Amino acid sequence: MSSLLARYADCIFWMARYVERAENLARILDVTHGAARRHNSAQDWAAILEINSDLERFTKSGRPIDGEAVVHFYVLDPGNPNSILNAVTAARENARTLRPFISTEMWSQLNVFYNWLRALSPQDVTLPERPRLFTSIKANCQTHTGITEGTFFRDQGWYFYQLGRYIERADQTTRLLDVKFHRLAAAESPASPLEAGEEAALLRSAAGYHAFRRVHPRGLLLVDVVGFLLLHNAFPRSVHYCINELDRFLHELRQRHVLRGGAEALERLDEIRVALLAQSPQGILQSGLHDIVDWLQSQLIDISELLARDFFGR
Amino acid sequence: MSPATGDWLSGYDAGGYYCELLGRTDAPALHTQPLRERLSRIPVDELRRRARNAENELFNLGVTFTVYSEKDVIDRILPFDVIPRVLSAAEWKQIESGVIQRVAALNLFLHDVYHDQHVLKDGVVPRPLVLGNANYRPEMVGFDVPCGTYVHICGTDIVRDDAGRFLVLEDNGRTPSGVSYVVENRRIMQRAFPDIVDVFIRPVEDYGLRLGHAMAEIAPAGVDSPQIVLLSPGIYNSAYFEHVFLAREMGVPLVEGGDLVIENDRVFMKTTAGLAPVHVIYRRINDDFIDPEVFRPDSMLGVPGLMRAYRKGNVSLANAIGTGVADDKAVYAYLPRLIRYYLDQDAILPNVETHICGEADGLAYTLDHLDDLVVKPVGESGGYGIVVGPRATAAERADMRARLRADPANYISQPMVRLSVCPTLMDDGVRPRHVDLRPFAVTGRSTWVLPGGLSRVALRQGSLIVNSSQGGGSKDTWVLV
Repeated sequence: MSSLLARYADCIFWMARYVERAENLARILDVTHGAARRHNSAQDWAAILEINSDLERFTKSGRPIDGEAVVHFYVLDPGNPNSILNAVTAARENARTLRPFISTEMWSQLNVFYNWLRALSPQDVTLPERPRLFTSIKANCQTHTGITEGTFFRDQGWYFYQLGRYIERADQTTRLLDVKFHRLAAAESPASPLEAGEEAALLRSAAGYHAFRRVHPRGLLLVDVVGFLLLHNAFPRSVHYCINELDRFLHELRQRHVLRGGAEALERLDEIRVALLAQSPQGILQSGLHDIVDWLQSQLIDISELLARDFFGR
Repeated sequence: MSPATGDWLSGYDAGGYYCELLGRTDAPALHTQPLRERLSRIPVDELRRRARNAENELFNLGVTFTVYSEKDVIDRILPFDVIPRVLSAAEWKQIESGVIQRVAALNLFLHDVYHDQHVLKDGVVPRPLVLGNANYRPEMVGFDVPCGTYVHICGTDIVRDDAGRFLVLEDNGRTPSGVSYVVENRRIMQRAFPDIVDVFIRPVEDYGLRLGHAMAEIAPAGVDSPQIVLLSPGIYNSAYFEHVFLAREMGVPLVEGGDLVIENDRVFMKTTAGLAPVHVIYRRINDDFIDPEVFRPDSMLGVPGLMRAYRKGNVSLANAIGTGVADDKAVYAYLPRLIRYYLDQDAILPNVETHICGEADGLAYTLDHLDDLVVKPVGESGGYGIVVGPRATAAERADMRARLRADPANYISQPMVRLSVCPTLMDDGVRPRHVDLRPFAVTGRSTWVLPGGLSRVALRQGSLIVNSSQGGGSKDTWVLV
């Protein structure tokens, strides 16, 4: 098959996005869980609802905002479209559609992952179980990406997979920053050190502590952490890195497979890169982290729509 | 009994039915001896443990059909029994040649029906039975299909009676399903029971390859490397796993109606680079739904304009449109006569004895023996309106009698067939359960029959209903070399 069905490209893109989303949600929950333990406060759980614009939906459930309820809401609640259960269900539905196209191992692993999640009970999200639960979800998502790397045939489909994955990751990293700095707002001095333990937890949630230390052997300043997660071009979860990868995969896709679409999306990627590089971490903090995060998220939505228009027959 | 059965069969009693593993008391099935010996070496608990693992594996691999209820989606595997059903080389030879013969007659009949209608003019089959049939498609009149093949994929439902004779219950010439389980059952047997699976059995894994070849053979004239696709109703169809399986095995895209468009009476699929031509469609969508311009206008599954492209010869469809008129219950009754009419041969695989109530003899016999017969309405009604004489009340029989007299041509009758049994691993041990057999025939220029087929087993004690929706399972089916 040299040509790729438009609907398949769409499904591949979204399968990758949903798995990446599930992994990042687990990361965000994990870091919030840690912060909430340290602060012994429900504030942290409220923040997560706010940055995902889920406060209203959650309140309807009538449950108090605490760890158990919010974790249940984001992991197991079938009524929450943003839950990990729904993300994995959607990834698996896409994989089911794609079964003629993907390896049996890719399909089977997602199928087992999905069935495992469905079988979880409220007991499995109680406090003592949580860290293990988040680790299992992350490990399942990473197993998926590993199997994909090792078995997915490198034709057009591979590029759409990567596009989906990096768009979602860029979006999720902005959310991770948002949840973390939500409480700090613009009031604090950009150069102030983060609360003890907080900075490391944030980086660890992005699996970036070790990498950060190689760039900044000493100190842990807010401004450096923001700079690292937004702008560093060698950290695989930074927004800048994701934008570079998107640009590279889209270029290659167009060149190798002689596809005409995608030109506008490339222009948008360029704009994002220019905007990012024009700013210093200090500048970003001064002008408001939340604003740039918002702008980035809306840019990524536009790029997604441009890809859908050009390639997915929508 | 002469063959050694070992302890594992100690409590087993076929209850007077023909047993697929043991044969008849006076004619034991010697060809199953090696299998019986190998099974006797594995404790029943161990069989059960491995069977459970095998079923888990099928579930994890998603070899499942999906049941949608109001608020939930449930994936179920087709229950799989570990004790294989074995056919000797000689038994298979009869089935294989019988199936090939039936498929040949069906194709000749369909060509005739949609062209000169000799079979109707000669009075072999009553005219209204064909022309008044809901599955008769006037759109096909005068249209020549590639290779003269209408039924490219045929599933023939075969049962075995007390005497061990194979009898055909039904020919499925529309979109028969189940072949994916044949291949998957073999794979799982080889993984879970390498110490049982015989090396001298005919392979089944090349089904997709054979199907792909047949699809290439029926491509429109002048197309050298045809683009084949499989057209599915989508993931909500209960047979979706099978559609995936076949598309994968053939290495072709699995498309849905929305992926295809017709331009200038040619078929294209929407790709990331624009429209790409399609030449052959293995469709798993019924005639009714395939083109809203011609058939059901409310169909969301089909492709508007597909029939135009088809009739222009720009795309080939498998199975052809309008094959339903040949696998109808009424036409089934005439198939032995059609084999004689078109091929000048006797049927190698006989029908279950069938009385055609539209004929005076058949009606008289049916009315006289209503207590012993199953009466089935013909046409599109499916299982609806069947009266099982031995189980019906006096009132039901009287009602049937009246309906038979009023419209005899609408009915056929058959004796109740005592289906053969096969030892099956149940919770309380190895027990006899009724089985049938559906071999699959693939026809492009010529016909190939997948060795074996799907053996469905009625898992409930005493049940004769092998359908998966009603507690049926399946078995690996071996054809010995």
